[in-house]
Amino acid sequence: MFQLIDRRLNGKNKSAVNRDRFLRRFKSQIKGAVARAVKDRSITDIEHGEKVSIPVRDTGEPTLGHAHGGVWERVFPGNHEYIKGDEIERPDGGGAGGSGGAGQGGEGEDDFVFELTKEEFLNFFFDDLELPNLVKTQLQQTVVMKPVRAGFTSDGTPTNIHVLRSLRSALGRRIALSATPLDELNAAQEHLDELLESEDEHSPEVHSLQSQIRLLKNRLMNIPFIDPFDLRYTNRVRVPSPTTQAVMFCVMDVSGSMDEYKKDVAKRFFILLYLFLLRVYERIEVVFIRHHTQAFEVNEDEFFHARDTGGTVVSSALKLVKKTIEQRYSSADWNIYVAQASDGDNWDSDSPQCRTILGEELLPLVQYYAYVEITEGEPQNLWFEYEMVAQRHAQFAMRRIKTAAEIWPVFHDLFKKTPMHAGG
Amino acid sequence: MNTATKPRRKTRKAPISTGSEWTFELINRYYDEIARIAAEFGLDTYPNQLEVISAEQMMDAYASVGMPVMYNHWSFGKHFLSTQKNYERGAMGLAYEIVINSNPCIAYLMEENTMTMQALVIAHASFGHNSFFKGNYLFRTWTDAAAIIDYLVFAKKFIAECEEKHGEDRVEELLDSCHALMNYGVDRYKRPQKLSLEKEQARQAERERYQQSQINDLWRTMPQRPEVERVDAPRRFPAEPQENLLYFIEKFAPLLEPWQREIVRIIRKVAQYFYPQRQTQVMNEGWATFWHYTLMNRLYDEGSITEAAMLEFLHSHTNVVLQPGIDSPYFNGINPYALGFAMYRDIQRICTDPTEEDVRWFPELVGSDWRQSLDFAMRNFKDESFIAQYLSPKLIRDFRLFAILDDDYQPRLKVSAIHDDEGYRYIRQSLAEQYNLASREPDIQVFDVNTRGDRSLTLRHYQFQRRPLANSVHEVLKHIARLWGFSVKLDSVDETGRTVLSYECKVEKRHGQ
Repeated sequence: MFQLIDRRLNGKNKSAVNRDRFLRRFKSQIKGAVARAVKDRSITDIEHGEKVSIPVRDTGEPTLGHAHGGVWERVFPGNHEYIKGDEIERPDGGGAGGSGGAGQGGEGEDDFVFELTKEEFLNFFFDDLELPNLVKTQLQQTVVMKPVRAGFTSDGTPTNIHVLRSLRSALGRRIALSATPLDELNAAQEHLDELLESEDEHSPEVHSLQSQIRLLKNRLMNIPFIDPFDLRYTNRVRVPSPTTQAVMFCVMDVSGSMDEYKKDVAKRFFILLYLFLLRVYERIEVVFIRHHTQAFEVNEDEFFHARDTGGTVVSSALKLVKKTIEQRYSSADWNIYVAQASDGDNWDSDSPQCRTILGEELLPLVQYYAYVEITEGEPQNLWFEYEMVAQRHAQFAMRRIKTAAEIWPVFHDLFKKTPMHAGG
Repeated sequence: MNTATKPRRKTRKAPISTGSEWTFELINRYYDEIARIAAEFGLDTYPNQLEVISAEQMMDAYASVGMPVMYNHWSFGKHFLSTQKNYERGAMGLAYEIVINSNPCIAYLMEENTMTMQALVIAHASFGHNSFFKGNYLFRTWTDAAAIIDYLVFAKKFIAECEEKHGEDRVEELLDSCHALMNYGVDRYKRPQKLSLEKEQARQAERERYQQSQINDLWRTMPQRPEVERVDAPRRFPAEPQENLLYFIEKFAPLLEPWQREIVRIIRKVAQYFYPQRQTQVMNEGWATFWHYTLMNRLYDEGSITEAAMLEFLHSHTNVVLQPGIDSPYFNGINPYALGFAMYRDIQRICTDPTEEDVRWFPELVGSDWRQSLDFAMRNFKDESFIAQYLSPKLIRDFRLFAILDDDYQPRLKVSAIHDDEGYRYIRQSLAEQYNLASREPDIQVFDVNTRGDRSLTLRHYQFQRRPLANSVHEVLKHIARLWGFSVKLDSVDETGRTVLSYECKVEKRHGQ
């Protein structure tokens, strides 16, 4: 008696529940791992899953067992050299190789490593930022693909047949195929006409010529009007629906007072803007500008990891942003976003200048300008100057924050807009 | 296999299939052939059920210890993640078979396998393991193949209901604690009762009420007759040490609610179901390997499979029975497939083609019908006794086995025996001992409950060969304390009964109420 069952069609995600439970149980560790990953990752590389490792001792399920010690006698295969009574030095590490007892114990100390999917990764990332759920789903959305016409192909579905093109190529083919027989036919016809003038119409020559003409006419008749070969189909390719491009400026104060923690918060701030842009634009360039008394354009690694000391002149960075926009990103072709992070320090005399540059020169060029001040101290003059800017410009948002969880409101207005508006 | 070649040639059939693709129809034909040969060899099996599954489903099955139904728990998710990671990295292939000790006996065929591999799996699982499940005394005593699936369905449903009623966290805590004691949920010496779903369900409600009243009664009546009690010599409760910790907790833990007791019971029953498997690794895998080898060879001899298929089979068979030596980088203990397979083959050899040495060592086997002798060996032993009975000097030589004595009082390890006349019995005995569950796992028993005082539970660890407990004991004690609800103490006593080491997990307050 025997039964053969095909179970392949049954669901394969039987373990999904248990997987979720595992993630829930180790939420704090996973969060830690995600935070570390965010630190190490490039801003533009945020949208992937992540390998997470948790120390094995945390995930372990304890059971009662023996430790190494006391008397152990074990049997092993593969003896080549020993005879009874031989003595062997105890291997290091409590018997990884020969001494038994803890034979497998040595391997168990690695971390427990597994992959988070992209969705899970972003979820943990957003958890810190306390994003509203709606925004989370918006950000997690994969790009919507839109079919776009892209010429013609020679195969496809009947609904996509392009009549004009098909008939045109049929015509071409007919002309091409009929050229030779038509020439021959014309020649034969002329020859026949000549013959008829001199010969009797029953002569064998005339007959053969006439049958040749019939043959040729038949050949012409047999050229099909339309052939599968002629069919042309409209071709559609799927492209991501937002097709505009954007440039994102990350501006950060790197003077001595910006410590690692503040930089980490700033990084999350930049990532969030990047994720938003990713959803809206097909192509995004990121420009990193750091400044103390002078501003430089740097690569991402230097941006986050190099340290400088000295005073702070914010206007230097604003000037550089403006210069870069003028040189490389004309605002007709690019949607420009600027995210600025700072701890609020600035030279007193520089702050009014910042207001002027920002309000009159920079803001008219950009889509959105977000400023965060990561500090626990009292607001300083830069903050007050910026506040004046904020009152006059809707595309300027600013916020004082202490932790990553407070970043979100900076982008509040931005996320309220639909992609269409934000893009235009 | 050793029949004369002439008649075999005549009856040589056309191969069942030549390519590597399998179809349902081919599986049916292979199954019929294998079943016919297995019947000729006298294999007695449960009815078979073959299920074709995909690789992902295989990983799902892995995660839930192979069972088609299982309650939910994060640890299964953990296993799933690690399997998935290893598989996707290519670090490990999936085992090509999982077989479930149930009636009908369910075996999984992975869709990625070739036809030859499917035939191998059918021979290995549906006839090898299946007949072992049906025949071996441990499985006959401890498990009821007909009831297990139903019971797991019941368990899953019950636990899911508890999660709804009492919250996932409480159930998870409880399951964590039970899992920690899973190996101590079995009666080692007492014969267990068999599982039966109807009985379980019918008794469940009654048990709940009755137990609760009993336990409350036990504690309530204690202080009422202090004078009488005091006259007696201080009596321990339980009167005899109890080895089944989960059973003891289920019956006597003062604070557990009825649903919690039921879950403890479920884990205990599941542990009991897996208990024989842990004791018969070598025998079970060896038996299945022996039979896939024998059946596939017979198929080949009859011409039912092609030479190409045979080579493919041999390739994977040799991988399975590979035993790397201790100095090999691949060494990872003794391979139960290799040892078991070699031992059954050796028994077969001794029966049919004994040497002078075998006559001295195994007089009862020499000249007997190998099928009957093998069948006897399969039915009546577990790993420990199987090795003690059947490991032959020839095998000890083939495997070049040697014993190493590691005594922490001595500065160096000592080779206590090798494969020579002097060492055969010694090695056989120590290898058997190595498979003795009782010496592999610490012997821990319930010793005393302080019924008149703080209700603390005292456990005893009877040291064997001065072996200490692993550090995880602290964690496990916390779990026991969580189940017991009051402080738990564990004394390690040496062979003379002297307490060497004490562990304690104090519970100050009642929780759960």
